[in-house]
Amino acid sequence: MNLLRKNDLIMLAFGIVLFAVLQGLISTKIIGSFWELNLIIIGINVIMSVSLNLINGYTGQFSLGHAGFMAVGAYVGVVLTTFFKLPFIVALAAGALAAGFLGFLIGLPTLRLRGDYLAIATLGLGEIIRIVIMNIDYVGGAAGFQGITHYTNFAWVFIIMLITLFVIKNFINSSHGRACIAIRENEIAAEAMGINTTKYKVMAFTMGAAFAGIAGGLFAHNFYIISPSSFTFLSSFNYLIMVVMGGMGSITGSIAGAFVVTFISAALANWPEFRMIIYALVLILLMFYRPQGLFGYMEITNMGIFRRILKRGRE
Amino acid sequence: MDFTHQFVQQLINGVSLGSIYALIALGYTMIYGIIKLINFAHGDIYMVGAYIGFFAVTRAEMSIVPALLVSMVVTGLLGMLVERLAYKPLRHAPRISILITAIGVSFFLEYASMYFVTPTPRTFPNVIDNIAYNIGPFVVNGQQMMIMGITLILMVILTYIVQKTKLGKAMRAASFDVETAQLMGINADRVISYTFCIGSALAAAAGVLVGVYYNSIDPLMGIMPGLKAFVAAVLGGIGILPGAVTGGIILGVIEAMVSGFLSSTFRDAAAFGILILVLLFKPSGLLGKNRREKV
Repeated sequence: MNLLRKNDLIMLAFGIVLFAVLQGLISTKIIGSFWELNLIIIGINVIMSVSLNLINGYTGQFSLGHAGFMAVGAYVGVVLTTFFKLPFIVALAAGALAAGFLGFLIGLPTLRLRGDYLAIATLGLGEIIRIVIMNIDYVGGAAGFQGITHYTNFAWVFIIMLITLFVIKNFINSSHGRACIAIRENEIAAEAMGINTTKYKVMAFTMGAAFAGIAGGLFAHNFYIISPSSFTFLSSFNYLIMVVMGGMGSITGSIAGAFVVTFISAALANWPEFRMIIYALVLILLMFYRPQGLFGYMEITNMGIFRRILKRGRE
Repeated sequence: MDFTHQFVQQLINGVSLGSIYALIALGYTMIYGIIKLINFAHGDIYMVGAYIGFFAVTRAEMSIVPALLVSMVVTGLLGMLVERLAYKPLRHAPRISILITAIGVSFFLEYASMYFVTPTPRTFPNVIDNIAYNIGPFVVNGQQMMIMGITLILMVILTYIVQKTKLGKAMRAASFDVETAQLMGINADRVISYTFCIGSALAAAAGVLVGVYYNSIDPLMGIMPGLKAFVAAVLGGIGILPGAVTGGIILGVIEAMVSGFLSSTFRDAAAFGILILVLLFKPSGLLGKNRREKV
């Protein structure tokens, strides 16, 4: 059995243990409903930031419209569960498909753009998605969609988060993922090596959008009402901050980023201005002193400390 | 009201709104032209300008023209300060880092001013009499006249600076190629600093004019106009000054038409729709020339 698979198993076991512990604490009410909600939000944010990292960090395409795809997943999901009474899992899958399909449609033409142009185009598209939803009366328009059944719980979020992490991790370690990383490092060189850059950029974008759709479905069914104002470009920036803080190109980093940012915003919920000022200063100082983010390209499974534990286990 | 009449009326509204976008877009385009940065904080500079104008009018009891000048000077200095503190240390960093810093600066300006001036919108006092001028069957109010007039004056001054002065020559040289300009003895850091100053001053003027026009200012007012001014700059061809003005006015007119004939909720979508169409079909903008990328 090679090291990679073993790492996978260890991480899976760790995930299950963590899940059991947290679920136990929630069931026995040691973790109150406020922190339970925050755990759910952390899980959703992990899905969002890891999927955004696939686009921004691994493929090097600067997208600022991630909240738009989340909105599509959320609205498709709630329409299916509320109007058509379909089961939750079907609604989540449909939301992911719809967001992924839209990502594909949007990605095909816009991914020709580079750098800041792509950033501003995706930001615009995210806003267009939101404005279009706001003008559809069928889903409640600007007032929001009401009467959503509360399906999301910690177990759903955690399991889907684990699946997301494994899918994206395996994608990155596959030949497709290597192609994406090659595009990030140097697009022209990658093309010269025979990589179909458009194909891989669209592939990463579609996958990222689909996972954002799932996160949207989970997010929507966590509340009784959702409104288009939850999905402005400010929330896209929020996910971007998580990715940048953790490290563009590190799954561990995205998890840490989602955790830290959600935790800070929960802790500073009563001082919203300070929260944003702190965000801003953290972003600027990070770019000055550690532009690669907390983890850079490192994964926890590659770090010395993890290897040492692994070696000790083998002896 | 028949169609032509409403069309011309919306055209007037659109041009005055477009003048504002043009003023902000000029700053975007100048900054992008030299350091290739989308200065996300530019819209917030515009907001700060509006607030300084507001305090000059209400606290210092100035009339509108001195208030405008004070706001332009102070905001111009703020622009230089932002450049010095946030962007200069990153001059040779990857562009993504500078872009993220710009987002950070934008957040910082928004929420720091929210902390200082409270998030509640302020009512801008009526600084000029609201007289409606009738030109034939059409109505142009005094504020619209003022916006267009001041925009025109500022553009003439800017054109003079860029085309006739030594600083303008240095700016043009730097936007063509910073490194070569430096080899020719141009102090690029100083040129960049002055560019930020001029761009911010123009944005401040736009902010004060918007305050006068819409009577209401708040700390988050800069986000949307900032983004739309960027759209205007891209539409006209980023880095090209006449392009920013053309783009701003076209965008203003299109927005006025969309909100006049369709629905005002689609106004923002129209701006971003235009952006995407331009980027797809003519990424160099209306007045731009195609440049081939070399390895």
